[in-house]
Amino acid sequence: MSHATASAAPAAPAAGVRSWLTTTDHKRIGLLYFWTAFGFFLIGGIEALVIRTQLAQPNGHLVGAHTYNELFTMHGTTMIFLALMPLGASFFNYIIPLQIGARDVAFPRLNAFSYWVFLLGGLFLNASWIAGPLFHAPHLSVAPDDGWFGYANLTERQFSPGPNIDFWLLGLQILGISSLAAGFNFIVTILNLRAPGMKMMRLPTFTWMTLVTQFLIITAFPVITVALVFLMFDRFFGTHFYVHEAGATPLLWQHLFWLFGHPEVYILILPAMGIVSEVLPTFSRKPLFGYPVVVYSGILIGFMGWSVWSHHMFAVGLGPIADSVFAATTMLIAVPTGVKIFNWIATLWGGDIRGTTALHFAVGFIAMFIIGGLSGVTHASPPTDLQQTDTYYVVAHIHYVLFGGTIMGLFAGMYYWWPKMSGRLLSEPLGKWHFWLQFVGMNLAFFPMHFIGLLGMPRRIYTYAPELGVGDLNLVSTVGAFLIAVSILVFLFNIWRTGRHGPRASNDPWGGATLEWSIPSPPPVYNFSVIPTVTSRLPRWRTERHGPMADPPAVPPAPIHVPGGSWWPMVAALGLPVMALAPLTHTLWVVFVGAALLLFGIYRWAFEPFEI
Amino acid sequence: MLRSRWWLTCAALWLVGCGGPFPQSTFAPRSDFARATDVLFRDIFWWAAAVFVVVEALLLVALIRFRHREGRAAPKPTHGHTVLEIAWTLAPAVILVFVAVPTVRTIFSTAADEAPPGGLKVEVIGHQWWWEYKYPDLGITTANEMHVPVGKPVQVAITSADVIHSFWAPVLGGKRDAIPGHVNYIAFRADSVGDYSGQCAEFCGASHGNMRLRVLVDRDSAFQVWAEDQKGGPAVPPKSSLAEQGKTVYSRSACIGCHTIQGVSPGIIGPNLTHVGSRTTIAAGLFPNDSAHLARWIADAPSLKPGSLMTRMQPPLTDADIAALVAYLQSLR
Repeated sequence: MSHATASAAPAAPAAGVRSWLTTTDHKRIGLLYFWTAFGFFLIGGIEALVIRTQLAQPNGHLVGAHTYNELFTMHGTTMIFLALMPLGASFFNYIIPLQIGARDVAFPRLNAFSYWVFLLGGLFLNASWIAGPLFHAPHLSVAPDDGWFGYANLTERQFSPGPNIDFWLLGLQILGISSLAAGFNFIVTILNLRAPGMKMMRLPTFTWMTLVTQFLIITAFPVITVALVFLMFDRFFGTHFYVHEAGATPLLWQHLFWLFGHPEVYILILPAMGIVSEVLPTFSRKPLFGYPVVVYSGILIGFMGWSVWSHHMFAVGLGPIADSVFAATTMLIAVPTGVKIFNWIATLWGGDIRGTTALHFAVGFIAMFIIGGLSGVTHASPPTDLQQTDTYYVVAHIHYVLFGGTIMGLFAGMYYWWPKMSGRLLSEPLGKWHFWLQFVGMNLAFFPMHFIGLLGMPRRIYTYAPELGVGDLNLVSTVGAFLIAVSILVFLFNIWRTGRHGPRASNDPWGGATLEWSIPSPPPVYNFSVIPTVTSRLPRWRTERHGPMADPPAVPPAPIHVPGGSWWPMVAALGLPVMALAPLTHTLWVVFVGAALLLFGIYRWAFEPFEI
Repeated sequence: MLRSRWWLTCAALWLVGCGGPFPQSTFAPRSDFARATDVLFRDIFWWAAAVFVVVEALLLVALIRFRHREGRAAPKPTHGHTVLEIAWTLAPAVILVFVAVPTVRTIFSTAADEAPPGGLKVEVIGHQWWWEYKYPDLGITTANEMHVPVGKPVQVAITSADVIHSFWAPVLGGKRDAIPGHVNYIAFRADSVGDYSGQCAEFCGASHGNMRLRVLVDRDSAFQVWAEDQKGGPAVPPKSSLAEQGKTVYSRSACIGCHTIQGVSPGIIGPNLTHVGSRTTIAAGLFPNDSAHLARWIADAPSLKPGSLMTRMQPPLTDADIAALVAYLQSLR
């Protein structure tokens, strides 16, 4: 284990594969999250392209029903749990300690554990694509095939006998552990590791939205864990939590799933809202308009997200009273969301707006999220939702929110913080190409889906009749999907090219107000040579009462202890997928091997000397 | 109202290029239930469109008016404005009241739990992957094609025999989930005669995309004739005809384990075939009910509908047996 202290000269970061495998540095873990999540994002994107090719025309036969059902299930599961959430996590990891003036997160080894669990959980889920022969299945793939929402009782052993759903429910439980560990870690970090003077109402908005997100994670993930454990017991031990014939009801799953599922939507969107709230002020050279209101509405959205789950279930027949109540709570949540949008526009208003790529994506977020929000109001109304739910109209809505919203916001964050993370400036012309291709592509791909749905095409169907009359619209949508793919390639090319030839980024290429811009790009291992003292919400800007703070000195005045790496988080993490192999293969002893690995890893981790 | 429908349809058609007819369009309501939701949708749509225009316009104006220019003075560091904050909190809230009130009114006016007096009751049972229809007051059981009289109130009671499905005939109204152990209701009064298509809307396994349905809205007299025919027993094939051979094949084959033909076999797993010859389609609306498709279906259903529970018969039926079966099934009008 390496022992590093930085003295007069900034320490060169340790190099080599081993240093990455054992790292507990939040910045490296952030980059690991980024590349792993981006890899899964590409896999989910390829799945989407196959889906769109299949649907480009009626009676498509690129893939059969079996494969198609796997594709749309894995597309949703991958994008939500393996791409969007961990891409958000990559920014939590890299940026939050820098924004609050900390040297690392509160529990660096737990942080490494979260990452390894996420990676292994993602690999476990995707192993189902090629695991068929292990289970003597007729196909190569035994990927989950009952939708990312996995409605019981279709997921019961009676109707889904193969290992497909086992992969899904075990994989999601593994990933839940990663999210929970990271959630607690970041709550403790944000509450306890703030630099002196950084009161809660001086936290950068991104940090605030991250904090709300982590509270949603630690409260929502237990709910889906309960639902998944019930399902696991039903499938493996013959219980009947979702079996109507035994006196239970499959609707229990829907209540539990959406009780998790709706807060999950805010888990996906709040970090992007936080990013937008950072990018807009920087590039309009104005403080965020109504900072306290934006923060409070973020918190309010977090609370209200818990009171709307049944709007996913209007067709279930909960009765007119319940439908009316959930319609009202759902419409109410539009109020704090609208407030945020008006505050963002007011931030731009009167500013000196520099049209960087990051600003393009942040504005794209607002413009597209409005559309997703408004179509959301049309299915907040139960009677109209009865015509919309489970159709392509809802597919359009979810993609305007999660692609037009979350992904646009995440790309805003990438263009904004990539110079900080890599030390290189991305090419702005390539960035603009990326933005416009993606912007046009997403509207071509997703806008026609509103009509496709209202003209009567349900979602999750592997083929459709020419008589429906939606073949041309579907073709337009497919063209849009491929345009999005091209835009992503432009982004990757940009990263690759500027990584080799790009100009070096200064500490602060944008003139940002928050602490991460006061230190070098990329930051040294210890982040801050001296922990800053914060006197204002915009420490690096001149405000009415404060001048800009002085940047920390380039050379630390005193040696800074930096803990070395550790193998044990990875070893402990490895125990989880091994334990999951036991039910998957119906082999009891494997569970003891996995548990032993987990306990051994935790034991060594717990007694690892501090000075390593 | 007419104008806004015209506008929406035009927008849809413009996007499609040519367009139509759209047999499952929610823009073409043919019942009171579908009309109620359509009116509500257009109300909400126009509110949403107005908000869209205002907010996107504000965004664009801000971007153009305050774009960076050389020599512009540093912007005033405004931190907020209480009156504005209150205004843009209240404005959406007020608009939402205008959406919520007609919403709640429509929820209650379209509630269907109580059977309308003098109406027709139909029970819908979802199966993987076909629809069973029962008319309890008429003693009729049929599959995939529902007949209802025009202008009469109809109450549909929806449930499932296996997993969750969702019954949706868009031009007649919104969908309701078919859930095992629960009964959901929709009620409508169809206002024009026609052959309306729909399909299962809740993902229900391999052939979810192949679980289609039709609702035939008949003139009252035609409905009465259909109902009388369906109430009767199955047609008896003439002596020493191909159809009679088919009946023999049917009676000695696995068919009888799953299908009902009144007086011939009591199976309840698959669709009731007592009057299968009177239906226009087979396999849950996938194929026309003709000899070629029937023969292929009997020979190898899973190749036409992935996952179909009607497996290939072992040992396989001979071509002659299949031809006879087809003749028999077609005779069951």
